[in-house]
Amino acid sequence: MNDGNSITGVVIGINGNMVTVEVTSGKPMQNEVVYVHCGQDRLKSEIIRIQGNIVNVQVFEDTKGIKVGEPVDFSGELLSVELAPGLMGMIYDGLQNPLRKLNNRDGFFLVRGQYLPAVDLEKKWLFHPKVKPGDTVRAGSWLGWVQELHYPHMIMAPLDLIGTAKVKEIQPEAEYTVQDTVAVIEDTKGRTQNIAMLQTWPVKKPIKAFTERIYPRELLATGIRIIDTMFPVGRGGTACIPGPFGAGKTVLQQLVSRYASVDVVIVVACGERAGEVVDTIYEFPRLVDPKTGGALMDRTIIICNTSSMPVAAREASVYTGITLAEYYRQMGRDVLLLADSTSRWAQALREMSGRLEEIPGEEAFPAYLESRVANLYERAGLVQLRSGDMGAITMIGTVSPAGGNFEEPVTQATLKVVGAFLGLSRKRSDERKYPAIDPLDSWSLYMEHLHDDLNAQLDPNWVEMVQQIARYLRESAEVGRMMTVVGEEGISIDDLVTYLKGEMFDAAYLQQNAFDAVDASSSIERQIKDLKLMHRAVVTSFEFDTKPKARQFFANLQDAFYQKNYCALGSDEYASYQARIEELLASGSPA
Amino acid sequence: MIKTYTGITNIIGDIAELDATGVAFGELALITNPSGESTLAQVIRIDREKVSLQVFAGTKGLSTQATVRFMGHPMQVRFSDQLLGRVFTGSGAPMDGKPPLESAPAVEIAGPSVNPVRRVVPANFIETRIPMIDLFNPLVESQKLPIFSEAGEPFNELLARIGLQAKADIIIFGGIGLKFDEYIFFRRTFENGGVMDRTVMFVHTAADPVVERLLVPDLALACAEQFGIRGKRVLVLLTDMTAFADALKEISVAMEQVPSNLGFPGSLYSDLASRYEKAVDFQEAGSITVLAVTTMPGGDVTHPVPDNTGYITEGQYYLKNGVINPFGSLSRLKQLVIGKVTREDHNSVMNSMIRLYARALESKKKISMGFEKTETDEKYLQYGDLFEQRFMDLKVDIPLNQALDYGWQTMAECFSPQEVNIKRDILEKYWPKSTSEASAES
Ligand SMILES: Nc1ncnc2c1ncn2[C@@H]1O[C@H](COP(=O)(O)OP(=O)(O)OP(=O)(O)O)[C@@H](O)[C@H]1O
Ligand SMILES: [Mg+2]
Repeated sequence: MNDGNSITGVVIGINGNMVTVEVTSGKPMQNEVVYVHCGQDRLKSEIIRIQGNIVNVQVFEDTKGIKVGEPVDFSGELLSVELAPGLMGMIYDGLQNPLRKLNNRDGFFLVRGQYLPAVDLEKKWLFHPKVKPGDTVRAGSWLGWVQELHYPHMIMAPLDLIGTAKVKEIQPEAEYTVQDTVAVIEDTKGRTQNIAMLQTWPVKKPIKAFTERIYPRELLATGIRIIDTMFPVGRGGTACIPGPFGAGKTVLQQLVSRYASVDVVIVVACGERAGEVVDTIYEFPRLVDPKTGGALMDRTIIICNTSSMPVAAREASVYTGITLAEYYRQMGRDVLLLADSTSRWAQALREMSGRLEEIPGEEAFPAYLESRVANLYERAGLVQLRSGDMGAITMIGTVSPAGGNFEEPVTQATLKVVGAFLGLSRKRSDERKYPAIDPLDSWSLYMEHLHDDLNAQLDPNWVEMVQQIARYLRESAEVGRMMTVVGEEGISIDDLVTYLKGEMFDAAYLQQNAFDAVDASSSIERQIKDLKLMHRAVVTSFEFDTKPKARQFFANLQDAFYQKNYCALGSDEYASYQARIEELLASGSPA
Repeated sequence: MIKTYTGITNIIGDIAELDATGVAFGELALITNPSGESTLAQVIRIDREKVSLQVFAGTKGLSTQATVRFMGHPMQVRFSDQLLGRVFTGSGAPMDGKPPLESAPAVEIAGPSVNPVRRVVPANFIETRIPMIDLFNPLVESQKLPIFSEAGEPFNELLARIGLQAKADIIIFGGIGLKFDEYIFFRRTFENGGVMDRTVMFVHTAADPVVERLLVPDLALACAEQFGIRGKRVLVLLTDMTAFADALKEISVAMEQVPSNLGFPGSLYSDLASRYEKAVDFQEAGSITVLAVTTMPGGDVTHPVPDNTGYITEGQYYLKNGVINPFGSLSRLKQLVIGKVTREDHNSVMNSMIRLYARALESKKKISMGFEKTETDEKYLQYGDLFEQRFMDLKVDIPLNQALDYGWQTMAECFSPQEVNIKRDILEKYWPKSTSEASAES
């Protein structure tokens, strides 16, 4: 680390949000945080290139008003987040400034150069020690805990601790602020360190205080039928949702953020609309988290760097989000990270790369785009902690491809690293077939990899059942295409039946009404039940003497399935539609 | 402290460069040619002594001996209630023969973002009496929404019609690259509609310098913001944002930036977003609704300008062949008002009617390819025709509830209740009784 005070520098150039600084004394480091003076304000910035004594910094604020010759302060620190109890339920900007507090102080608009602590420094937490003097600890060891809303929040040995250390002192059960010393540890070289509940971590570096990474071994239930059934995401896995504008990426993520069965949800609103975050801010405190019975907001952290906020902070926001996710994973929590949209983050990289005059790659994205995308998704995963507990980060990112064309660099780079591809199609969203995930194009590697786990956890024939229906869906689409060429008269009744079966599965199972209280989310228990019945309907062979009769039959059957979706599991209505379906199946199949 | 320099060293495109010190990024400068003409310019890059200025009136005829006076502040707009009823140029100078507002306080344009926690969830339905909007994609106060249009479509008429119908407290109009007769059309419409006394117009015409286009949205939105925080419900109308984006492109080319797509800078998304994101419903104050026109070069919605716009705005109205196309169009805030402030059957009617219409088009396509018409096709074709007459025609001018009733009627004329995929409780309540009996299953 630098001795921050010994470095000095002045501004020699300004180009958009990139400022060039001449270092007049001292040695700066890459990714160091510096503050560029602008009159009375000090604007937070990050060093992104060093060439001798000339450094380029990206400024996390509007650069209007900066002049050549203004001084620059070097912090000696990397861009970091604060980790402590009190993060849950917060709404931050991309640099972890608490937006509610800024509002109380500054009003309508975000005033630049204003930074506040991420958590309440005054608040006292009841600390429960877990270790005794003499115990050996390593990075991330749980020294004690405090109750943060519905979960114990572990107070950990420094995450950057190298090797082992001994606990010298541990404070008794009592109330402390996050900056009070709760323990003293001594490393193998005899150096002692005071431990407070608050620690910091540089966002661009993964937290790796665990024994090993493990391949996902169960499904993360999102409540979205087409995902859970057809393209499951493993707990601790990764998925991407590319789609043209307006196809439903954000709505899908919002649904998942509500209904996914996890402990912690971190929402990174990255370069998208402010209005979309407002929905969450207003709704989540009122919605109930079925897992804890508390407010949904209590399990959520929102990182919000919307499209009109400074672009460099947009780049940082994704890292802020993943670092907070890693912190909670170290406590053995099951974390879901949702990033909307990773394309805006990639564009922030592109803008900066352009200002640095780096050699552009495809669509002017920098050559390192792919490795950055890979590094980001690689920070997700299921891990075994040193305590033996498991922790998980599942990451789902949206991608906003230019022109809705998936052949563009960000989508392609993402597809190489994720475990599931939930591609939204313009055609489906135009037809209001939501969620507009294309059932023929999308894929999930977890279906195969979790084959045995799914069959053990859901139903002994689960994967086979799904695959069989998927085949019908494909054949149905095939017939549909054929019909556009040869017309309905050109196909056999059997083909028509196949077609109608696929249509029925699509309309009454894959599609789901996000705005209906019952249909919005479907529990795994329900999906098992509903899919089994649907499977029966799809594999049953029917015989009809005319095509209109076949159509009429399937119109009735599809309607019964469709209406059932709106009835709560276990309700009388649910049972009556189920009976109606049974009746129809019996009537239509040859005796 | 105001500094004046004489002499310009480089002129590239609409960028002028000179050596100067003590200049701030984003600062405004006044450039005066030896002939006495002057223009405003803005600092867009500084490299030690070398200062690059974006010259609003363009550099045509700019002398290397011009004087450059730095003003010590960025671009501003004068704000007061006196703005109402006035017309200004793209650089903020009066265009209506009346004096400038010199004594009014100056407000910085392109100011900071609203703190997201200071926004509220929009909840007010704006009725336009156009069924393709009210029924299928309702407009919501504080929404930002463009009209995607091909050339030659009546986009300005549509913009003006919605503008008048919206019943806003204040209308702020930003014309970018307008033909003179288009400007007169809007001005007349506001005057005849009786709203000119609560309207402010910023007008850049096709005859004006290209770079001046860049200022129009910022001037309009800065004024809107001032009215908004004073509790007014403001409607901002911008046309044509594609002309604005073209000006961004010209500047970036002159700045030798690496283009990302068709010559547009990689920052196009952020540049457009920083304007559109000014749309807001303020907690404890007014609101800003932004309606804009985005013409699609070559009618291509994947062109970078409509494409980036679509990723920023809260939906779009897609104008094609003289009608608002129900498939390309989308109001993303619709769920905030549908069934909440509008009738409970709104959502069901909307979804089913669109689905049925999509199916009707399939049948139509099939028939046009010479295939046999089935009984089912027959129903859909009838429905498709009725849909186009009763709902899509832009001449239709009816309130939402009437459109909903009409929707039920139309569906019932063509289909049985099992064919429309509507939740039972709603069906039972709204399905027209007489026709449902007539077409009941045998
Ligand atoms: N599951 C759904 N059910 C009903 N309507 C939906 C659903 N998903 C999306 N929509 C409709 O589509 C609109 C756009 O969806 P959304 O905002 O999620 O798109 P997006 O893909 O995130 O677009 P962008 O890339 O521009 O952000 C929504 O406002 C809503 O009207
Ligand atoms: Mg979105």
